[in-house]
Amino acid sequence: MARLTDLDEFSRSAYEAMEMPTFASTPWVAAKPAPDARIAIISTAGLQRRGDRPFSIDSSDYRLLPGDTAAADLVMSHISPNFDRSGFQQDHNVVLPIDRLNELAAEGAVGSVASIHYSFMGATHPAKMERTARRLAGLLKQDRVDTVLLVPV
Amino acid sequence: MGALGHYLESEGLATASISLIRLHTEKIRPPRALWVPFELGRPLGVPGDPAFQTRVLHALLDLLTVQSGPVLADYPEDTPQAASESDMTGMACLLRLDAPPVGEETLEEAVLREIRELHPWYDLASERRGRTTFGVCGLPIEDVARVLFGWLSEPSSGPEIAGLAPEELLKVASEDLKTFYFEAAGGQPQPFSGRPLADWFWGETVAARLLLAVRERLGRDPDPVRRRIGLGLTIPRDQWLRLGLTENS
Repeated sequence: MARLTDLDEFSRSAYEAMEMPTFASTPWVAAKPAPDARIAIISTAGLQRRGDRPFSIDSSDYRLLPGDTAAADLVMSHISPNFDRSGFQQDHNVVLPIDRLNELAAEGAVGSVASIHYSFMGATHPAKMERTARRLAGLLKQDRVDTVLLVPV
Repeated sequence: MGALGHYLESEGLATASISLIRLHTEKIRPPRALWVPFELGRPLGVPGDPAFQTRVLHALLDLLTVQSGPVLADYPEDTPQAASESDMTGMACLLRLDAPPVGEETLEEAVLREIRELHPWYDLASERRGRTTFGVCGLPIEDVARVLFGWLSEPSSGPEIAGLAPEELLKVASEDLKTFYFEAAGGQPQPFSGRPLADWFWGETVAARLLLAVRERLGRDPDPVRRRIGLGLTIPRDQWLRLGLTENS
């Protein structure tokens, strides 16, 4: 369904024309195997806890999603209307697979799970998020996180 | 999403990213990415299917064992055929809203009537799911609708409501309105894809007519932010063709 060829003409043209940042090279960190890793999820679905300030146009900041956030407190304020929200309404794990990650940790397939996860709002141009993302890396390391799963919407 | 992979990896964190638009990931070249063929808005594939979601997660974690990159892998499994047309029959019957003849009520009265009709279904869906994603702006649904109606007569430049500037509130309110309708209609126990629900909302509800009127009003606004909200952020692109809309009108 997310194949460009399956999309309508307006959507396909918009995604094809979207300006993407380019990078001269790709950085590479030797990753720990999942059973030894401490993992955080960063979503760009514009997720927030109920009562947090909603994301707005061109927001480059993030919202905190503590690992013990109840599903009932998780809402979405992404500004784009161009994706399905009914999946998230049925089950938050289809956007933020926090329960699945905790299950894998309980089985030993994942070393441990971060105490806090994070969400940006993905309609903002990525270059505007760079400074914030680099600062966020420091916070993740303070939480002893070494591996991050990035989940768009 | 892939750009965040660059930033975080260059700060010493290993990253693995789900990709929804493969073309974008090919351009950005993040360290590790798994392209999935799922509906936009459903990066883990199937709501309410932990086994499916876990398989996607395993495939993402498997990228951590790759020795060099960038790597862009394709997830091999598509989602099972979501609810067919026949499966949606119950929902369509449930939500065949009882519209009076045109001219007997205003648009505002019609939306508020529709909301009253849907409220028991919304309540039931919330009870079944144990949660709701409605209420980002913190206003009751009737006030959410009134916020949107306010923009049809005189765009607000007044004080903040719910701690939000008028344009921010407009945007959040439009999503809250849709969320209320989608949750009311989507309370059925079996999973379903988003498209039939969206087609129902945009094709059959008075609330959609309200949002179309807001779009039309903002599309003529001299303020560029309001025009952007109206033309680009109110109606999903994949509904433009059937609604006769274009990028500029």
